[in-house]
Amino acid sequence: MNIYDIIFYLFAAITLVSGFFVVSTKNIVHAGFYLLFTLFGVAGLYVLLGADFIAIVQLLVYVGGILILLLFGVMLTNKITSVDLRSGTSYIIPAVIGVGILWGALTAVLFKTSWRSKAPSGMDPTTSEIGRLLITDYVLVFELLGILLLVALIGAASIARRDKE
Amino acid sequence: MLTEFGKIFVFLLVAIIFVAVSIFIAKLIRPVRPTKEKLKTYECGENPVGTPWIKFNIRFYVVALIFLIFDVEVVLLFPWALSYKEYGFYGFLVGIIFLVILAVGMAYEWRKGDLEWARPKPNIPYLKKIIKNQTGEINQLQSEESKIE
Amino acid sequence: MFEFLSDLFGSQIIAAFISAALPLVFIVPFVIFAVWLERKVSAHMQDRLGPMRVGWHGWLQTIADFFKLLQKEDIVASDTDKKFFNVAPYIVFAGTYLVFAALPFSSAYIGTSLDIGLFYIIAVSGLVVIGILMAGWASNNKYSLYGAMRSAAQIVSYEIPTAIVILSIVMFTGTLSLSEISDNQTAYFWNWYIFGGPDWGLTKFLVLPFMIIGFLILYISTLAEVNRTPFDMPEAESELVAGYHTEYSGIKFSMFFLAEYGNMFAVSAIVSVIFFGGYQSPIGYLGDALAANWLIPFEQLFWFAAKGIFFVFVQMWLRWTLPRVRVDQLMTLCWKYLIPYSIVNLIIIGIITLI
Repeated sequence: MNIYDIIFYLFAAITLVSGFFVVSTKNIVHAGFYLLFTLFGVAGLYVLLGADFIAIVQLLVYVGGILILLLFGVMLTNKITSVDLRSGTSYIIPAVIGVGILWGALTAVLFKTSWRSKAPSGMDPTTSEIGRLLITDYVLVFELLGILLLVALIGAASIARRDKE
Repeated sequence: MLTEFGKIFVFLLVAIIFVAVSIFIAKLIRPVRPTKEKLKTYECGENPVGTPWIKFNIRFYVVALIFLIFDVEVVLLFPWALSYKEYGFYGFLVGIIFLVILAVGMAYEWRKGDLEWARPKPNIPYLKKIIKNQTGEINQLQSEESKIE
Repeated sequence: MFEFLSDLFGSQIIAAFISAALPLVFIVPFVIFAVWLERKVSAHMQDRLGPMRVGWHGWLQTIADFFKLLQKEDIVASDTDKKFFNVAPYIVFAGTYLVFAALPFSSAYIGTSLDIGLFYIIAVSGLVVIGILMAGWASNNKYSLYGAMRSAAQIVSYEIPTAIVILSIVMFTGTLSLSEISDNQTAYFWNWYIFGGPDWGLTKFLVLPFMIIGFLILYISTLAEVNRTPFDMPEAESELVAGYHTEYSGIKFSMFFLAEYGNMFAVSAIVSVIFFGGYQSPIGYLGDALAANWLIPFEQLFWFAAKGIFFVFVQMWLRWTLPRVRVDQLMTLCWKYLIPYSIVNLIIIGIITLI
């Protein structure tokens, strides 16, 4: 049990405990704020895996983007009337089936994949290597991502336009 | 062995400890004399009316949504910016096409008016018409009056 | 600095904690000074004197205020969401402090020499937004919630032009590390990136006007990110009292205040590192002239602080020069002017780098 392990368990605990709070709290805004700690813990785990770029992307996109979007979304719903808003439980059976299928798929992936169990070779900078791959091997994927984002942008705008009318 | 990210983690701990210690020190010396009035939500001395929860302008959500898309775009462009020079003009073109695709989306939004902040449109009453009618009536009355005379 | 400390104490953990606490030694006196400066600048621009009683020209005023704040009762209104109300100051301050981790104060001291420092700084500033939303929401107060929403929308919008300008700088310099960017601009002021960088040649003169445009875009958007006038609608006193920290009092309020002024310095420092050479002296070092090498890091610290404080002073100056903009004007400025200009600027700088 060296310091690396201790830090791993610390981040794993942060992720799991706050994740549990996210799903168990009845207050939607609380769930959003607990998600901050979950996402932060995942970023820490990425760092321990030697993926420095991905860790910062996790902070930038999830904490700085998606979480804010989520909170704005909650605050835009007009059914909120007080600070202790509640969310009830509904559609238990479809939810259980859906989550069960997802859980099964994830477990199957967990056991079927042949994991490369190699200690991370220090903190090699990965960013410029990712850039090199984006320009050479994955150039088509890169441009397709641009088109995907374009579709998302236009879709977002049209949803907002419909709401306005 | 402490990595650079380890140092960042220590920075985080130091920040938390600093806030905790200052709050603790303040706790030791500050008075605690709460009254009912003091614990009321601040609303410029009035009693709070209603709830702070109203439906917010939808633009806030749209801004966050468009931000997220551009955020992802910038994230993908950072690795490209570090290493495009090795591939000369081809490398440059790869990133620029990506950027231009997004710029097209933005131009579309601009053209469709999605970048306008929804401003409240006050209902300006048409006073002119009413006044015209009223003066017309008044004139009529006056002319009728003059007829009587 | 970290190596020196770990040699001194023989333990990396202790060294890390001490080196992580050093920016605190800088931030707290800076904030005390900046608050005094803000009052003085504001006063003199309005033909007033400002604080005059405590110390010479009131220079001890902020210290007195600090002790006053320490003794203030901590009022937590009964309608607030206690848990998140108490956590929010931690998150806002931590978000600010993490930015300081990547700032090169001098060639001898940088909190963490991360090779993706600029990218990291953009990312951790997102933490402040969450803290602000948390404070505004947990206060359960109309002013706080409005202020928090406006603040969050404003910060995220202006993060895009900031990131695009930084991207164009990365394209020009080919590095994301702040200390490397500072090192590149060594020696004299004509090597700063605002004057086209250290390489003499056609590129330097071609890129110069676009660097100035980039600087203006970056400065305007950082101004909006720290909620300073003319973009201070999140805390517009005349409509929202104090914005998201209306309900806070005593030491918790001062934590927000500390974070706010710390952020003002952080963005000014980032602007100075990217365009104005960071810790590099514009006129050469006294340490070189006296053949005293130990003097150079201290001089660098002086220049770093001086440049940062200069840009903070400009922020204060603008506060009394420009009127507050409206929300729709704010968004128009961001989406219709700054972002298109910065994208065009990026493409032009990219073409110039290929020449």
